[in-house]
Amino acid sequence: MSNGNMNLTLKVWRQKNAQTAGKFVSYKAENISPDMSFLEMLDVVNESLTHKGDEPINFDHDCREGICGMCSLYINGHPHGPKRGVTTCQLHMRTFHDGETITIEPWRAEAFPIVKDLAVDRSAFDRIQQAGGYVSVNTGGVPDGNAIPIPKVIADEAFNSATCIGCGACVAACKNASAMLFVSAKITQLGLLPQGQPERYRRVQSMVAQMDEEGFGNCTNTGACEAECPKEIKLTNIARMNNDYFSAKLFRQEEIHEQNH
Amino acid sequence: MSEFKQTFNSSLGKKLIMALTGLFLCTFLIVHVGGNLLLFNNDNGFSFNVYANFLTHFPPIEVIAYLLYLSILVHALYGLILTVKNRKARPVGYAVATKSDASWSSKNMGLLGSILFLFIVIHMGDFWYRYHNDKNMGFKEYRTDLATGVTTVADYTPANAEFSHSVATENNVEIVRVKDLHTRVATSFSNIIYVLFYVIAMGAVAFHLLHGFQSAFRTLGWVHRKYTPIVYFIGTWLFAVIIPLAFAAMPVYYYYLSTQGAH
Repeated sequence: MSNGNMNLTLKVWRQKNAQTAGKFVSYKAENISPDMSFLEMLDVVNESLTHKGDEPINFDHDCREGICGMCSLYINGHPHGPKRGVTTCQLHMRTFHDGETITIEPWRAEAFPIVKDLAVDRSAFDRIQQAGGYVSVNTGGVPDGNAIPIPKVIADEAFNSATCIGCGACVAACKNASAMLFVSAKITQLGLLPQGQPERYRRVQSMVAQMDEEGFGNCTNTGACEAECPKEIKLTNIARMNNDYFSAKLFRQEEIHEQNH
Repeated sequence: MSEFKQTFNSSLGKKLIMALTGLFLCTFLIVHVGGNLLLFNNDNGFSFNVYANFLTHFPPIEVIAYLLYLSILVHALYGLILTVKNRKARPVGYAVATKSDASWSSKNMGLLGSILFLFIVIHMGDFWYRYHNDKNMGFKEYRTDLATGVTTVADYTPANAEFSHSVATENNVEIVRVKDLHTRVATSFSNIIYVLFYVIAMGAVAFHLLHGFQSAFRTLGWVHRKYTPIVYFIGTWLFAVIIPLAFAAMPVYYYYLSTQGAH
């Protein structure tokens, strides 16, 4: 598709590392096919920067299929760009129009320090997961697939929450840089299923404590996270997390799990 | 850290405190607006003054009143702490303001809350503080002929400074002597600046509760396919429309009365 190709101006956040100050730099993205993904467009720009001997723009990416949660980018005021329910790698240039100026920023949060340019360190999410976002399973014979009956509605709800890819768009969209949509999705995914029951109340307490320690903000139920989530994780997860947390802390003394730090 | 401190110092614990104090303040608004509808009684402030006297002299209400003042302070303090923490969670902002779908009121709770706190300080200073401490606030004497039901009103000067109120029946005439808050209300609301300030503050109440009421239920973890729409309905129509409108009508009505009296 040579005719109908686009010329764009990019305003990109460039920052050498976490210690130095960053700034916006403008680049021309010329002869861009509308069928390219946003990341392919950046690849083209980086190709020309490399040829000129400039440092290419650093951004996170991996599967480019919308399932790994590695890509990020805050594009024109939206995490993962203006389209609903897609990651940046699944965002196509036809979403933009010829001659447009596109501003690209990294996720902004104290808990997500910038590594370089548009790449941020999201290991805070890993530490929250490690605090309790798992089901402990002993080794042994493989249990029969259908040995534990799970109602369809419960399985569906758990699966909807399990589609969270941990990209951090919720934190990026939230005016408070709160991670509660992510944490509540992980808690719901395991807490609703029978396999996750034994650790349900310990899990919510450990994960919330770790979330607080990482320096994320506090949810004010604005719903920006739900609107921007590429996997359309629902705000109701946060209410469920609150419910589990208060159940554990206020109503189930046998479940209270004190943090040591 | 003790278990108790751990629970209420956590992000969710602080939100729980915000939700509970907020909902308690919401229930207070219902009582407050109900009582103040007496201002629309065209009886020279008889029912309103008796009501104000009842509120300040009935012990259970006095206890709840102190719980209310505490709730206002805790709600404001925790709101401030959470706002500061939320700002710290994003030290470097975005160049392009977020365009994410979220209601205006939900994004401006701190601003709306600050307006309301300023309003509460001025409002309580003008009515609550004066009612309790202003020695110059006058008294009214209402004489109701029990045979005809006709009430006449006159200024009353107490014989001693300790006088608060009295109710007596003489010769089939009921004599009620109470502090005259009603005149204070009428005087305050004859000032257009004051009336405008009240109307703006009630706008802030409307937007604060449009988000706040349903948000409190979410924080408590009560989201339900059947009941959440009811919570939204009450939050929108009762707390964000009817109650603020009823409150705002009072200064506007009294301002209107003051312009009529001038002619």
